Amino acid sequence: MPLSSRHLLGLYGLPKSDIKLILDTAKSFREIIERPIKKVPTLQGKTVVNLFFESSTRTRISFELAEKRLSADVLNFSASTSSLTKGETLKDTVRNIEAMKIDMVVIRHSAAGSPHYLTTLIDANVINAGDGSHEHPTQALLDMYTIREKLGKIEGVNVCIVGDIAHSRVAMSNIFGLLTMGANVAVCGPKTMIPRDLEKLGVNCFTNIDDAIKFSDVLNILRIQLERGAAVNFPSLREYHRLYGITKERLLKNKKDVLIMHPGPINRGVELSSDIADSSNSVILEQVTNGVAIRMAVLYLIGTRIEEEK
Amino acid sequence: MKVLLKNAYAVDPQVELNSQYDILIEDGIIKRVEKQISEKVDEMIDLKGCVIVPAFADVHVHLREPGREDEETIATGINAAMAGGFTALCCMPNTEPAIDCAEVVTFIKDRSANSLVDVFPIGAVTKRREGKELALLGEMAEAGVVGFSDDGNAISNSQLVRYAFEYSSMFDLPIIEHCEDPSLTVNGVMNESINSTILGLPPHPSLAEVLIALRDVAILKYCGGKLHLAHISAKETVEVLRNAKKEKLNVTGEVTPHHFSLTDDAVKSYDTNTKVNPPLRTQSDVDALIEGLKDGTIDVISSDHAPHSIEEKEWEFIYAPFGMIGLETSVALTLTKLYHTKILSLEEIIYKMSINPRKIFNLPKATIQPDKTANLTILNLDMEWIVDKFSFKSKSINTPFHGWKLKGKVIGVLNNQKMCLNEQLKIIK
Ligand SMILES: [Zn+2]
Repeated sequence: MPLSSRHLLGLYGLPKSDIKLILDTAKSFREIIERPIKKVPTLQGKTVVNLFFESSTRTRISFELAEKRLSADVLNFSASTSSLTKGETLKDTVRNIEAMKIDMVVIRHSAAGSPHYLTTLIDANVINAGDGSHEHPTQALLDMYTIREKLGKIEGVNVCIVGDIAHSRVAMSNIFGLLTMGANVAVCGPKTMIPRDLEKLGVNCFTNIDDAIKFSDVLNILRIQLERGAAVNFPSLREYHRLYGITKERLLKNKKDVLIMHPGPINRGVELSSDIADSSNSVILEQVTNGVAIRMAVLYLIGTRIEEEK
Repeated sequence: MKVLLKNAYAVDPQVELNSQYDILIEDGIIKRVEKQISEKVDEMIDLKGCVIVPAFADVHVHLREPGREDEETIATGINAAMAGGFTALCCMPNTEPAIDCAEVVTFIKDRSANSLVDVFPIGAVTKRREGKELALLGEMAEAGVVGFSDDGNAISNSQLVRYAFEYSSMFDLPIIEHCEDPSLTVNGVMNESINSTILGLPPHPSLAEVLIALRDVAILKYCGGKLHLAHISAKETVEVLRNAKKEKLNVTGEVTPHHFSLTDDAVKSYDTNTKVNPPLRTQSDVDALIEGLKDGTIDVISSDHAPHSIEEKEWEFIYAPFGMIGLETSVALTLTKLYHTKILSLEEIIYKMSINPRKIFNLPKATIQPDKTANLTILNLDMEWIVDKFSFKSKSINTPFHGWKLKGKVIGVLNNQKMCLNEQLKIIK
């Protein structure tokens, strides 16, 4: 059974069967990754462009590795949106690369909706690698994959995402995907970081971290970034750590054995203390490995759709 | 020249006209309004099945000239107005240069002279629309502006707002406020709702609109003047206006067809033609706007016609400019969404699109009476048509209504001894 869509733009509205298919496919690729020869010829002859308008070495490397392990021809294009004129960038760049006869585009862009816009400009299949505060579907898929591996299921699992939910594409994709898969989803953070009306989606909103820990089987901790000026929605990193930092004492106090996830890179001592980041509860490094398998699965499933389209 | 409009249904609540009449026009003046006129005329037009109403006026348009003639000119704006059923336009001052002194006012008046459509500039409240110092309000009043506005921005300095009310009241001209507290809308591009969260687009909350409306009403109450709230989009703002009217303050308000025809669900496609300021809101806001229209709280329907080039609208959603065009869909959307749904009667629509805007901005009166100027709009209320942005007279095509099926079509307009029927312009002097 193929995916229901020829692009992966986000997890909002993506059917459960698609998510399950991606996770199941990733499982077999996860096994391939453990083999001495990690390469399969699945995407031989296909050209994939990694179109990164926002620097993200980690995500790009993960995609590139996945593409190469599937034997695709890989083209990397990086451009900072600031160095070029805003809108012209995407349209002109994309028209140019399409002339090179490409099959798939992996796009990372600071503007929400750019991957959708891209689908109106080109015929190639589009994979969203993060767009503004909108979605980062492959990150959420790898998070769900990790949960399923560790806990044996997603349905009924209590997952809480901690951090700046309002500005996090990782949070939004996780919320959409987890809800579809039947998890109990919560978020935790200062009220200024929780989008208005989020409960309408069926998400529990905690402002107290102890309540969040008591609720959770899984804590997905987001990286806290410092903004400037009036956009700052919390007083200081120190205060954030004091109120929301996940520490060993905090977990012990709540007598909780929880799975600790983090999309990386970690701000040690801010959202997560080192003792927890490196503890047996933490699956942060496994997430990275699973990320490659998930991206292989997505590329494979979309790449094989291309054959059917023809 | 004598023109006889035969068999049309004439509706004018100002003179309690609501029946089939023949209308005889001589050199642009209505001579007779009678059940049956048989007279030798130069041109007889059978308007069976059509309705004749006092001509509509759109008091909130952006004509882009001077400065962005690639997007719209006064001439193309006038053509769009005629196609859309309007014989009077009030144009906003956010041109380049801004309409902030008599020279620019005169330039616009000259450019629009001798046309069927009367064009009335609105002057900027502050010099260069910078929100720092009062513009030359007196000089512009003398040159013929019909109101003042920094539309596009609210005037953020409250002292300046107070001065603006006090100063403009000397000329009995309204301040038209674009209600938006900019500190609440930094980077905001769509209504703050569950949809902005799902789409990951920076929020532009209704709170920003309500706060400025409340502030302006408070200042108005304190020092007098005349306030017109532009493009009301939020339910709370309707309530602010309703309460201000209960206190008998000199305040009026308008709504655009897109704010009562669409909700922020339309943004889900990331179509930049749905990016407007104020943003499209929720169904409960739409319901409140409609309630406000029904109970008389909202006085005016105007389009906020805002042309933008294709290139600019082809940017990513967060980078694309705000605005959509509306002159050529405004009447049909109003008829489709408000008349055919029995929310407003035709008389009420005539109030919102002709009588009230003309009164608030002191524009030439339009009425169906002998010895008055033939300043008329002709409609076919039941004709269905498909919006085709490529057939627009406007120079721009940034509309989200392309392909919509609407019920009710503008057949023509008459004014200033000219007639434009089925898009054919003719002098009837
Ligand atoms: Zn405005």
